Amino acid sequence: MTLSELKDILEASILVGNEHLNREFDKCGASDLMSDILAGLSEGCVLLTGLTTVQAVRTAAVAGVGAIVFVRDKTPPQAVIDLARTEGIPLLTTPFSMFISCGRLHANGITGLSGMR
Amino acid sequence: MTAFIKSFSIKKRDFVRAGEASINVQNILKSLNMDHKLIRRIAICGYEGEMNAVMHGGDGILTVEIDTGRIILDIADNGDGIENIELAMQKGYSTATEEHREMGFGAGMGLPNMKVNSDMLSVESEKGKGTHLHMEFYVSTD
Repeated sequence: MTLSELKDILEASILVGNEHLNREFDKCGASDLMSDILAGLSEGCVLLTGLTTVQAVRTAAVAGVGAIVFVRDKTPPQAVIDLARTEGIPLLTTPFSMFISCGRLHANGITGLSGMR
Repeated sequence: MTAFIKSFSIKKRDFVRAGEASINVQNILKSLNMDHKLIRRIAICGYEGEMNAVMHGGDGILTVEIDTGRIILDIADNGDGIENIELAMQKGYSTATEEHREMGFGAGMGLPNMKVNSDMLSVESEKGKGTHLHMEFYVSTD
């Protein structure tokens, strides 16, 4: 699905990266611990996290993550948004919890990092 | 050919700048048009090592050496040191504090991630004196 479809499913707002709405996603990693994302097949995935520090964006840049969605209505500091703009990583925020966000994406065909459903 | 060598300083407990050195290394490798999967493996190893140094190290240095056929990452710090390297290599084993976890680290995957993503990893450490990680990545000539 595209980032635009993912945004609608999660009733999310875009914080930065409107120009990437056509980016395609088929897998998701959900964690607040960044090494779990670095350990997985996270290239091109969407990352669901409650972590709003610069380390979420640096992890995404290093691992090749395609977009970050902050759960539970979290919004990161402006410095994090600025770094994401520099790195070309879209940031979104959803009102849903991690559990509900995962469930919505899974129900719409998104797989885990390994490709399993 | 003379190897390209560049070093970056790592500051203890500087969680805002933590990871910058690895992003810099990633950008250098991208500018050399290296294979993107190789770049990703090197960046992940650099980042994990850098975070370990920030969390547990004193001040440290990350050095990248780009040579014919291989890339070397050295991450040295003069911090806490690792008491039991064998335990630290186990997935999930962590000595991270609550502060580290709030920053998104401390999953106990740092050294295991470096082992998986490097072609060679050596760890030298002494409790109270520091840690030296040496990683090599072999460049395919296919």
